[in-house]
Amino acid sequence: MTADPRAADGRTAVPLDPSLAPPGTRGFRDAGGIPADRWHADQNGETLVPTHCCFCGVQCGMYLRVDHGGKVFGVEPRNHDINRMRLCPKGINAYQQVNHPDRLTAPLMRRSRDEDLREVSWDEALDFTVSEIKRIQQAHGRDAFGVLGGASLFSEKTYLVGKFARVALRTRHVDYNGRLCMVSAAGANKLAFNIDRAGNPFADILLTDCLLLAGANVGECFPVLTQYVWGARDRGATLIVVDPRETAVARTADIHVALKSGTDSAFFNSVLNVVIEEGLTDEAYLAAHATGWEEVKAEVAQYPPSRAAEICGVPAEQIVQVARAFARAPKAMAFHARGIEHHTQGVENCLSVINLCTATGHIGKPGAGYGTLTGQGNGQGGREHGQKADLLPGGRSILNEEHRRQICEIWGIEESELPAAGTSMMEMVWQMQRREIRGLIGICNNPFVSLPNYAVVKEGYDTTEFHAQFDFFLSETAANAHVVFPVTIWAEDEGVMANAEARVVKHNKAQEPPAGVRTDTWVMCEIARRLGAGDKFAFGSSREVFDELRRASAGTIIDYSGITYERLEETGGISWPCPSTDHPGTPRLFEDGTTYHADGKIHMQVVEWHPPADPYDDAHPLTLTTGRTVAHFLSGNQTRRLGALVEQTPRPWAEIHPAHGFRNGEPVRVVTRRGSEVFPALVTEAIRPDTVFIPYHWPVPTAANALTIDALDPRSKIPEYKVCACRIEHAAEIDEVPAPPVAPGHVAYPETQVSRTDPLPPTAPQGRGTSERS
Amino acid sequence: MMGRTIFIDPGRCIGCQACVSACRECDSHRGKSMIHLDYTDEGSSVASLPTVCMHCEDPVAPCAEVCPADAILVTADGVVQQADTSRCIGCANCVNACPFGVPKIDLQAKLQMKCNLCYDRTAYGLAPMCATVCPTGALYYGTLEELQAERPGVQVADTFVFGESEVRTGVAMVVPAERVRWPVPGGLPVVEVNGKDVRR
Repeated sequence: MTADPRAADGRTAVPLDPSLAPPGTRGFRDAGGIPADRWHADQNGETLVPTHCCFCGVQCGMYLRVDHGGKVFGVEPRNHDINRMRLCPKGINAYQQVNHPDRLTAPLMRRSRDEDLREVSWDEALDFTVSEIKRIQQAHGRDAFGVLGGASLFSEKTYLVGKFARVALRTRHVDYNGRLCMVSAAGANKLAFNIDRAGNPFADILLTDCLLLAGANVGECFPVLTQYVWGARDRGATLIVVDPRETAVARTADIHVALKSGTDSAFFNSVLNVVIEEGLTDEAYLAAHATGWEEVKAEVAQYPPSRAAEICGVPAEQIVQVARAFARAPKAMAFHARGIEHHTQGVENCLSVINLCTATGHIGKPGAGYGTLTGQGNGQGGREHGQKADLLPGGRSILNEEHRRQICEIWGIEESELPAAGTSMMEMVWQMQRREIRGLIGICNNPFVSLPNYAVVKEGYDTTEFHAQFDFFLSETAANAHVVFPVTIWAEDEGVMANAEARVVKHNKAQEPPAGVRTDTWVMCEIARRLGAGDKFAFGSSREVFDELRRASAGTIIDYSGITYERLEETGGISWPCPSTDHPGTPRLFEDGTTYHADGKIHMQVVEWHPPADPYDDAHPLTLTTGRTVAHFLSGNQTRRLGALVEQTPRPWAEIHPAHGFRNGEPVRVVTRRGSEVFPALVTEAIRPDTVFIPYHWPVPTAANALTIDALDPRSKIPEYKVCACRIEHAAEIDEVPAPPVAPGHVAYPETQVSRTDPLPPTAPQGRGTSERS
Repeated sequence: MMGRTIFIDPGRCIGCQACVSACRECDSHRGKSMIHLDYTDEGSSVASLPTVCMHCEDPVAPCAEVCPADAILVTADGVVQQADTSRCIGCANCVNACPFGVPKIDLQAKLQMKCNLCYDRTAYGLAPMCATVCPTGALYYGTLEELQAERPGVQVADTFVFGESEVRTGVAMVVPAERVRWPVPGGLPVVEVNGKDVRR
């Protein structure tokens, strides 16, 4: 790893010192004189704070540029070994959120949904919240209150979310939005390897001879990883992309398998079938390191290429091609993402890829292995320390008595006080609909855009008696709340995140939060104190929480005990498990061939393909699939306010094949069993004729998730975002297509029901708070 | 070809527009991007390529050559600068002269603006912002030798023929090994690359 010579302690911005600047950074202030032109006048006094991007699971290193007044005003690429200066458009524009006029700077509150949100004091908002928690729990039991966290939070905060729910609220109902992200991969990894993380670092991609990307739109969702993909290709690696769309990376692949969405496990079973038929399995590896091989072999015999070709809608020859390319390569790697994970058989899809890697012996070597590309910045770390419904810190099971005892000892509570396992995020919404959950605290998530079947989600939240939300912008979900707590943005606090490699990296504080804004940590601790659990939440900083997290993870597979803030700053990141402060971390798993199961073997699992949950019929003959666009992030609450990103992608579209006879830009109505919406058509041959694609970053009336189905994988409980039955129709009026929001700097926003009790102070930035915007 | 320059590789472009956003961050023209993306085969492919100033070398940049106000400076190291604000009259001659469709006129300010190869960075050996951040290396800054060391066998073109005119540029394009024709930014068909008629 490259040591970062400019690492700060996270609280103090680093003075600009040209002699310390790595190549490509702005270290030229005194480096030999300034050219006699006008372009450098604003450089004097600038400081650079090393940190990481707040968005996806790549976690690119960057510097935030801080001006004389301590305000973040720009970004500078950073030569961190994850991204080597590279940044995507989201990363470049991320800093604009920090001092954005839409930032929430005072708590908002209303006592009923008939009222508008109004600014109140912190005391009033906290008192109301605590009294509602007490009222609901006294009347309906502790489990009538739930907590939903987020995987964009630092790991310290996700640890605190789990502890807050179980120790302060003593409810079993806690889950997080990572449930919508990579839990299928997590479930598969646990079943096969008993460890929930990718097997290899990104750098291994450069060493591979064959790279298989399954349902991973690397170009748009993880653009900076493309340099690794191209690097592998430059060295002669075969590139295989499995995706129903011709993505930017698929366009240049040696083999692009444009299979029908929802048929992935049939495809991978068939590839394994060919591998076996052609004698390309690594029998020695299987005999030494795997169990369940005979059962898997018997099952995949049911998937000859002729049958799979029919199910998947691809040529049988392509299946043979993929099998030969992957199995014959001296070193091969498979990466997958939401494309195969967002399914009612998401876990099985991932297992079918793991079976292929195992059968060919492509595991645990430089350039050979598997991985999932996590969508959220802390998608990996956010699931490690107890934010999930069934997990305690360190990945311990809440159902395991020994694990419960260990955590209760650290938390200083009786084991009898620790609640049982809760339900998943979507299931909690169904419970809200049924009034089983009557109160909810949401922490940095936006289910109104990100959960499937919007009508159900809206009804669930509307039914809830009390709803509080933590956020730094008024999201669609926050606009529905009774109380909104304005909390810090990533650049205003320090903490760690674990990226898609399970590499823990440190984010540093670049500026003080605005007056009136508190950290999520402070708010949780304050509510806990007012509920009478203050002694368990006496945390003054992220560092104090991290120290408890380290102790809570010691001895588990997800061992953070050897990771310290200081080491992270010295090394640029450490991959867990890291059991002691002199341990170098574990960038690559299974190098000695043993997994984390008691027998040290890979537990191969039989995978049987079954059709998606939403059946096709004459009225709904096409497949609707959803995904991301490069300019926006998840529910869009952050990126839909940044002018450059809005300009780049102002609104969603329905991507359809020319076979349907629509003109480009023509309004097209997409109809599913949940409803219908109108989008401009993007007519392209780069999508299967039987498939329609809509990016999901926008709220109603152009929300892809108003159309998607809330069917869940029975094991991971991930929703089936990637396939539901639909039809497309001509829409009568062009004006049915909503106009794109185009205001530079920030965008027009749906009705937010905010009123202000006090006039703005004269120095307040224009547009502060949503009611002030035109 | 100048020593260190930008190499454009359309085969690596994923259309993410990180270059466009990064260009806005450049201190030379903060807030405005001097780079744009072209979609060469829209409707049948997602192919895209970034268009930057090609910093023409021979003949001396057509934009500078036709400028009636002598507002466009070409530095000794071959960088074609954007128009000098104190001289530019916003006549748009440069726009019409450029074979690559690069210079833009701010009509209100009556001022031409274009990529100046991030002179504030490159003068100090740093890469331009667009090439620094480009996630895929579709924009690469360095010498030809550095590029070839990183991408073995790569071929580049720095000479373009438009009808009767030949233009040699400071910025070079990576030539796709398997394809012989592609549209040039601005819409004119490429006839010849590196002395070879690519229509055959």
